[in-house]
Amino acid sequence: MHELSIAMSIVELAEEEAERRGVQVTAVHLKLGALSGVVKEALLSCYEMACEGTPLQGSRLVVEDVSVAIFCPSCRAQRPVCSVQMFGCAECGTPCSEIVHGKELEVVALEIQECVPNPV
Amino acid sequence: MRSEPRLIEVRKNVLKQNDVVARSLRERFRAAGVFVVSLVSSPGSGKTAFLEKTLTRLRTNYRVAALVGDLATENDALRLARSQAPVKQITTGTLCHLEAAMVQNALQEWDLNQLDFLFIENVGNLVCPSSYDLGEDLRLVLISVTEGEDKPLKYPTIFNSADVAVVTKVDLVAAVEFDWATAYNNIQAVRPGMPVFRLSAKNGEGMQEFLEFLAARLTELRQAAAV
Repeated sequence: MHELSIAMSIVELAEEEAERRGVQVTAVHLKLGALSGVVKEALLSCYEMACEGTPLQGSRLVVEDVSVAIFCPSCRAQRPVCSVQMFGCAECGTPCSEIVHGKELEVVALEIQECVPNPV
Repeated sequence: MRSEPRLIEVRKNVLKQNDVVARSLRERFRAAGVFVVSLVSSPGSGKTAFLEKTLTRLRTNYRVAALVGDLATENDALRLARSQAPVKQITTGTLCHLEAAMVQNALQEWDLNQLDFLFIENVGNLVCPSSYDLGEDLRLVLISVTEGEDKPLKYPTIFNSADVAVVTKVDLVAAVEFDWATAYNNIQAVRPGMPVFRLSAKNGEGMQEFLEFLAARLTELRQAAAV
């Protein structure tokens, strides 16, 4: 159960970005690979906790799941895997462990609201 | 007044901090010519017994040391100290895995140039350690024959992140009716091509083959550094 510390890192990262740009974050968009070792549901509930008492309180965590893709030596192309229990090309079945996608744990974007002065 | 919400691109790895420390550790290890092996497994699969045997036998020809992570006790460090190799305990408190910064702190007083092999025993956990790079050259995942043949299928992420698998406690194969072929196929399914060793730290079976593998990897590392 390391999702809380991951959630805290996400909040910290978003907070730094927000402060640097002088904006208010309303949502954090995250890419989460199937091999990241992080459980989405646990992360979502930890996120809320991690936001408490920070400028990100009330913000949402939007998770984009990334499935595993390998480079198949037979097809000579990027392919999905059969499953994480069966690391082979979903097209031709060749066993392969050269991972192209699926380990992501990356903040890709922030949804922000800029505070603009009231019109006089 | 508030403007309409908009999206700004960021693209930042959440574990960047750990990865930065891991990279600097890897550079230090490389510069010192020390081969670093990390061990992951579920609690009770025999990491400590395996490591004690490994340290004891390697010590006759190599300079070895170990860091050992544990939630609360120093029992593992005391057991490993019987090998006479330098051992340091990292007590993680409630943290379920080791992070690169903990390894960095633990290594502060050690001169890496005086070592050939450094072992890092992670906290017994087949989930969390998979996300954290420790700067190691080789990640070794252990399963004992008492855990069943389907462990790799239940924890594919950590098996996939490992470089070598070690099946331990093979002296108990008959008692627990462990099916080697099934276990081997399951390991290969989640990590095609991964080398697998089977051994018993208790009676020494299979240890020699594994130690020769480690020695060969150290030679490779030193040759690569000399080029």
